[in-house]
Amino acid sequence: MTRITATAETEFRIALRNRWVAMSIAMMALFALVLSAAGSSAVGTIGADRLSVVVASLTSLAVYLVPLVALLMSFDAIAGEVERGTLPLLLTYPASRPELLLGKLLAHLAILTLAVAIGYGIAAVAALAVDADAVAGLSSLWRLMWSSVLLGATFLGIGYAISALARRSSGAAGLAIGLWLGLIVLYDLGLLAAIIADNGGYFTTKVFPAALLANPADAFRLYNLAASQATSAAAGVSGAANTIPVWASLTSILLWPIAAFAIAIAAFRKVTP
Amino acid sequence: MTPTLSLQCLTKTYGAQRALSEVSVTVAPGERVALLGHNGAGKSTMMKIILGLIPFDSGDLQVAGAAPGTAEARRHVAYLPENAAFHPALTGLEQIRHYLSLRGESPSLAMDLLQRVGLGQAATRRIGTYSKGMRQRVGLAQTLIGKPRLLVLDEPTSGLDPVSRRDFYELLDGLAADGASILLSSHALTEVEARTDRILILSGGHLVAEGSLADLRRMAALPITFHVSPRQGAMAEVVLALPEAIASGGTLTLSCQQDQKLRLLARISDLGERIADIDVQPPTLEDIYGRFSKRAGQ
Repeated sequence: MTRITATAETEFRIALRNRWVAMSIAMMALFALVLSAAGSSAVGTIGADRLSVVVASLTSLAVYLVPLVALLMSFDAIAGEVERGTLPLLLTYPASRPELLLGKLLAHLAILTLAVAIGYGIAAVAALAVDADAVAGLSSLWRLMWSSVLLGATFLGIGYAISALARRSSGAAGLAIGLWLGLIVLYDLGLLAAIIADNGGYFTTKVFPAALLANPADAFRLYNLAASQATSAAAGVSGAANTIPVWASLTSILLWPIAAFAIAIAAFRKVTP
Repeated sequence: MTPTLSLQCLTKTYGAQRALSEVSVTVAPGERVALLGHNGAGKSTMMKIILGLIPFDSGDLQVAGAAPGTAEARRHVAYLPENAAFHPALTGLEQIRHYLSLRGESPSLAMDLLQRVGLGQAATRRIGTYSKGMRQRVGLAQTLIGKPRLLVLDEPTSGLDPVSRRDFYELLDGLAADGASILLSSHALTEVEARTDRILILSGGHLVAEGSLADLRRMAALPITFHVSPRQGAMAEVVLALPEAIASGGTLTLSCQQDQKLRLLARISDLGERIADIDVQPPTLEDIYGRFSKRAGQ
């Protein structure tokens, strides 16, 4: 246990020195502020409280931003140690590889949680300041917060796996960006295109829901929009997926962090210093 | 006494290339052993196998009574990599505190360790600002954590100035006196001559020689060289008396085996006044080392 906490402490300190902590928080806070300001015009027409509307916008934002921040923090985790030449020495210490990885995960997850909490906190304060009814949206904000942390954990694990497989920071960075584009942007576009071509057939009813649940980012979006009262405020893929039960998307966002970490450990075990 | 380290017929191949061929070595507690070899001779490979960082193909290997790389073995082994590297954003103190925690020791011992390697002044500076020699000292400080039974040091004195090098060997003497076994690698015999109990020479993955420096000197059986300078005008006479000598400039060069040394010396001294000066050159450490390295290359 001390080995894990010691690793987490050192990783957190490194992230602090490298300005990763400041950058993650600034990025989340800035986007949350912009969304709060932009979301203010939409009230009234929807009939939901201010915060629920903001949560709906924050969900769409988090789908892009949280995986990006997580991948940016994690892509260097193992490749960086390999390139600096610090890995061989580290691996001769009594700490096991899962322990080392868990220490890194704890530190990075703490930073991500901090960034998400501050970003969403700003949005909540802004909404509550102008709309007393916004208290009704607090539960969906809370749900967004912990599910964002789980989404971050998933992409941290994926980032570690990429880092271990690439073994070079530059390669890992390229892979991480490619994966982010693929899973977050192109995946949904591909599904939409398939739905249009399928025109309500087998793909739309059977394959599409499964494909959404298989992607951690889509499952995250589904869960938050389906569980929130503000579903109607959101457009896009979620509208087509109303048939997917909440427990299914919840299961997906709970299982993904574990699966991603297991993949990361398996990839890390293959690294020979 | 059970050996701290025991290798039996250890073999490691990379594809078609043999990195190590049936290497057998044992190291007893408190013994200081130097591992010598050219670049690519298999030193680093052997060390990494001992540390459990890379697997081996066949043979038997016991590290502190356990299989290499197991939690038990790693608890008793300290390692100093060649060109020790650390995260540049951390200070020396933070880095050593981290390593102490990983070994389950109290982080408060960090300052003491850094002072032992002469880094007390720079402890709170970031490692990114350190010189190569200072990084090497951080690396050395972390090998002193706990009470390692085996220290594996890959070219530990590279980057150290002669004074630091002497301090370093004094530190090792203290550790060995406490019962720690030390396996250190080097590519120069001159660096390790007086400071190790035993020398192993690796060449092309084969263990080509093993023993104390005196043993190696005897086994190498290299000739001794004499440089004889005749007095002015006596050159022709001396050349006649020493027909096997090779003349170059104003001096004559002769060589003979160890056991012929006194006889040759007697012949030269018989020439008395005709000799101005004589210079006897035993084989250098580099000659001895070169001799063994070359043999295996054939």
